[in-house]
Formats: sequence, C-alpha cells, structure tokens
Amino acid sequence: MDASTLFSIKLSLQVAVVATIFVILLGVAVAYLLARKNFFGKEALDVLFTLPLVLPPTVTGYYLIVAFGRNGFIGRHIYELTGWSIMFTWYAAALASFVVALPLMIKTSRAAIESVDHDLINASYTLGHTELETAVKVVLPLSKRGILAGAVLSFARALGEFGATLMIAGNIPGKTDTMPLAIYSLAGSGDWEKASGMVVILTLMAGLFLYAANRCSRRLF
Amino acid sequence: MGLTVDIQKRVNGFSLVSSWEIGNELAVLFGYSGAGKSLTLQLIAGLMKPDSGVITANGKAYFDSGQDINIPPQHRSFGYVFQDLALFPHMTVKHNILYGAKGVAKDVRMERFSGMIESFRLHGLENKLPAEISGGQKQRVAFARALVRRPDVLLLDEPFSALDNPLRVEMRAFLLQVRKDFDIPVVLVTHDVVEAYTMPDTLIVYANGRVVQKGTPPEVFNSPLTQEVEELVLTRDHRVDIHPSIGLRPF
Repeated sequence: MDASTLFSIKLSLQVAVVATIFVILLGVAVAYLLARKNFFGKEALDVLFTLPLVLPPTVTGYYLIVAFGRNGFIGRHIYELTGWSIMFTWYAAALASFVVALPLMIKTSRAAIESVDHDLINASYTLGHTELETAVKVVLPLSKRGILAGAVLSFARALGEFGATLMIAGNIPGKTDTMPLAIYSLAGSGDWEKASGMVVILTLMAGLFLYAANRCSRRLF
Repeated sequence: MGLTVDIQKRVNGFSLVSSWEIGNELAVLFGYSGAGKSLTLQLIAGLMKPDSGVITANGKAYFDSGQDINIPPQHRSFGYVFQDLALFPHMTVKHNILYGAKGVAKDVRMERFSGMIESFRLHGLENKLPAEISGGQKQRVAFARALVRRPDVLLLDEPFSALDNPLRVEMRAFLLQVRKDFDIPVVLVTHDVVEAYTMPDTLIVYANGRVVQKGTPPEVFNSPLTQEVEELVLTRDHRVDIHPSIGLRPF
C-alpha cells in the first residue's frame, strides 16, 4: 500500500472520528430539546437541522462556503481575527461530515428519548432529582440504544461524505483527499488498480465497523 | 399535621374541583376511572399545576395561587408510587432505592437503605434488575424507593391494580403496616370497592371531577349521599365474603 493510500485512509478516519464526536455532543443535546421541550421556533429548528439530510450535499457545501468561506458571514470574522480560514483544510472536511451526519444523530436520538416512559421521568422528579440529573441518570441511559445507533449511522455517513467536502475542503492530494475523494480522482485519471484497492478497503472498513457496532450493542443490552 | 387540598384544574374540557383535608391517616380516593382521582394525585405531587387553589402539608404551603407559590415536585418530598411502579429498568434494586435517598446525609444513607431492605423483605435482591424479580417484590421496591427519604406525604396511584388477587391481598396488609410505621398522610387512589371499604381511615368519593362524599367507610357505604355514590358502593354486600380472607379491621 503506497503512502497516498495510507494518507487517505488515515485522513478519512480522523475526519469521521472528529465529526462523530461533535455530532454526538451537539446531536444528543438538540435531540433532547426537541423531544422534551416546547419552545418558540422548535419546528423551524428541527427543519434547519434536518435539511442536510434531504439537500444535495453540494447545496449543503455551498451554504457552508457562504457561512465559513473567507468572505462568509462567520468565516470573515475568523479570518479578521486570526488570518486563518477553514477552507481547504481537513477541518473543513470534518465540518462538512459533521453537518451532513448530524440529522441522522438527531432523528434517531430524538425518537429514542421520546420513547422513554414519562412515568419514569416523573418518578425521578418526585424522588427529588432535577431535570439535568434526570436526563443524565434516567433519560439518556434508557435512550442509549438509539444514541448508539445514531452514532454508528453518523460515523458511516461521515466516512462516506463526498459532495459537501469537495465544496469546502477541495480535493487536495496529501491534504484533504479523504478516501471518497481519492477514489474519485483515481477513477477520473484512469488508475483503476489503485481505485479498486481503495474501494475494497473502504467497503471492508464500513462492513467491519457495522459488524463491531452490532456485536457491541448486543453485549451492552 | 396532615394534608390539605383545595384546588381547581381544567384540562382538555375536564373540570376538577377537589377540596378535602386529612390528618396523618390513610385516605382512599375512590371513584370510577376518569373521575379525577389520579389527576388530583398528580396535582398534589406537583407533576401538574392547578389553575388555582392551595395545597399544604404539615402546615407548609406547596401550592398557593393567591401567593404565587408553586414548589416543584423535586422539592416537595412527597413519596409517589405509580400505577406501573415506574422502577428504573436499568438500575438494580439497590440503585433504585438509593436513587430515592437523595438529600439523605451520607453517613445514614446506607443505614437507611439496610433498614428498607429489612422492613420490605428484599434480602438477596439488592443486585437484581426489576425485570428479574417478581411482581410483589417490585411493589415492595417501589414502596421502599418512595419511602427511603422519609417523605412528608405518601401518594399511591392504584399500585395494586395489576396484581393477581392473592398478591393484592398481601400488599393491602403490607400497606396498612406501612401506614402504621410511617406516621404521615397516605393517599391511595383506587377504583376497587374492596380497597375502598377495608383500607381507609377516611374515604373520599369522586365523581365527574367533584368530591361527592367524604367520611369513614361505614358512613359512606351505609348512607350514600348521592345516586353516584350509591352505584359505586352497590357491591358492598361482598364484604361478607371478603373479610375472612383479608382479615382487615372488620366493622
């Protein structure tokens, strides 16, 4: 296996792991709010976070450029303060994976949190526990199956992310070419041997990961 | 000492007006399903908010719409046993009971826990999950969890309705023992005529969101004030059959 293939594998894993960590942190919090709270703009928030699931990834990528590009409404301030832009770095690839994977986490976790028996939550309250304690000790442990499923789906989605990544991270060899992007370049330049090698590796990795996740979810519950 | 409830609540077109006062005794809220008994219990516990009125226990106001007092359920110290018991399925018996010991000082926690295991006959079950123990044991765990922090009031929402008959008889006797051991107001919601007849010090009859009669069981059963109460207690002739089997305070 040559150095560029190894780099792509390593980069893909790195991007997917970082994206999934942030997906879990934000996804569970948003899912909890959507499942348990009523507030103004709740449905709009739900739509906003779900959009990347149905939009073409290129459109999601376009919005990310509008937001985080050097002239974007957020990116501009970052650039002014630090002279650094997230565009065309591996952070951008992680950001793209994060945004497209987040709805999978929110959808599955929200369903799991909503299915927790309300009497258990009320019981926790009558036993003197605050909402935060109840969330951490009762609601989330009883939703862990859905949260784990969401994390697995998010990781798989992050690993395979292509369109939005291409838009904001580009396809720079040795810098931002994750496996899906590298495969695209290799196939485009007619290097079928290397492309098929990477396709097999990506398929095996995804399969192995799902198998491990299934096994560990069986053992946990 | 005691519990005073004087509240109004409208929810989904149903109107509840509930007003009564009890001492450190066992009161049964009796009536058909949908009469407002369970709703009353949830309002007392603070799981729902009354539209107006007052709830006091041991002289302390927990809800008072006039003075804008509404203490959240977390700070009421009212033990609550749910109809489906609501044991935490992912926690062992020990952790379920200790979960109820919030606010109990660290040095007496384990002592209190051991006392609960002792008086609720839960030896050897400490490390079992709720799914691994019997229906009667689950009931006792639910009571232990609700009582471990020595609450000011005990609220019971038809806790025995899912049990088969021999176990229900056993649990009724058990509840009377609890009532004796813990000198606090106990409110039991039921639509079971046997429980209404044999268990309470005070029987409070609900119909259509109103309290229609309050008194000792003999008072209510022998002289029902309204047609509704009369219908509810029609089955009172069963008492001849039930007394020998239950052995509870015949009158």
